[in-house]
Amino acid sequence: MSSETVATVDLRAEFAASGVAEVLDELDRALIGLAPVKKRVREMAALLLVERARKSMGLTQAAPTLHMSFTGNPGTGKTTVALKMANLLHKLGYVRKGHLVTVTRDDLVGQYVGHTAPKTKEVLKRAMGGVLFIDEAYYLYRPENERDYGQEAIEILLQVMENQREDLVVILAGYADRMDTFFSSNPGFRSRIAHHIDFPDFSDDELFQIAGFMLEEQNYKLSAAGADALRDYVTQRRAQPHFANARSIRNAIDRARLRQANRLFEAAAGPLDAAALSTLDSEDFRASRVFSGGLASDKKRADP
Amino acid sequence: MMSNHGARITQGQFSYLPDLTDVQIKAQIAYALDQGWAVSVEYTDDPHPRNTYWELYGNPMFDLKDPAGILTEINACRKTFPNHYIRVMAFDATKGWESPRMSYIVNRPKDEPGFVVERIERDGRSQGYTIRSYATMKPEGKRYP
Repeated sequence: MSSETVATVDLRAEFAASGVAEVLDELDRALIGLAPVKKRVREMAALLLVERARKSMGLTQAAPTLHMSFTGNPGTGKTTVALKMANLLHKLGYVRKGHLVTVTRDDLVGQYVGHTAPKTKEVLKRAMGGVLFIDEAYYLYRPENERDYGQEAIEILLQVMENQREDLVVILAGYADRMDTFFSSNPGFRSRIAHHIDFPDFSDDELFQIAGFMLEEQNYKLSAAGADALRDYVTQRRAQPHFANARSIRNAIDRARLRQANRLFEAAAGPLDAAALSTLDSEDFRASRVFSGGLASDKKRADP
Repeated sequence: MMSNHGARITQGQFSYLPDLTDVQIKAQIAYALDQGWAVSVEYTDDPHPRNTYWELYGNPMFDLKDPAGILTEINACRKTFPNHYIRVMAFDATKGWESPRMSYIVNRPKDEPGFVVERIERDGRSQGYTIRSYATMKPEGKRYP
């Protein structure tokens, strides 16, 4: 037994000293809903803390597998949680720098023979010491084209995920069903990923809360009628195609701000006070195409 | 009498010290990355001190945060050129500097034969001196068997 091993460990003290508590609190505060995700992250934090304590006692040697997969619909907070996760792993000492490198297929796969390996390796080198977040990872594998260069990127990724586990953590993200197909056709990935986290869709109520959060951040308020309009908007938008949870809400708010600015500009005759400049009204939302059944192109597709 | 027994070339930083270990190399790279310098790996089999521009191994590496990526590249280079000189260079792109800030050898040939002093007779019996590596008497690629 080496001289560095300790006899006892105080998990509470370790927990307090590591700064993990702040990250978890921040996760709770900054993210609305997502209860199962938060629970999983807490469990993982506990596991990693215990693992670290075991290591300090010399009970374990190998670096644990930390690669993860985040599945869920667009706009459910996968990237945001990945950012927090990178921070968490850094606080616990499992990655050295704790930065997040977000990539998609385009950043990994080359366009001609011999282009893929250097490209993938460059991304991997940039991500070392931190977390590599591969968004829509299933696009890497294209079974319909057997000469697709994606396979080459997958092989390099797998090799690094296995051999340099202490240097970087890989998070694969995407829609649940397509990730399942991806994993079943690439068993190498499934066996190298220890943690699967599923991101549920937000409820209407949660989306409304998120909207409130976003507005508060930008110093905007909703009038009573505006709040009703936004609630209606959330319900109707969900039923229409390309609904992307929180991202759709962000876009809706951006467009409402645009309409509000236009309304003030057209209608205002005299001086405006701060309240007028920061209040979104019902008509700013009601003018949205969502209330007339969505985009013209989508409507045409639905009933030709 | 030999004045430099090992005939080890002494170019760049740390060259009078024993060879750096990987841990030490990593620590040096970490320092360079913290300063925001771009680190690259270069190799050559011509150790003449005036040979400033060595061959770049792989692509230049920008935006790296951690030395592990560069050490991977160094090891790949060592595998490809086990008997060449390999150095790590850190380039500072800040205006006013725009030049290498660090440079040190991380791999040497097993056998370094050293240099010969050549004397050239010039006009009026004046002497010119130059040095030449024994290794470079052989063609490129065959210098360090």
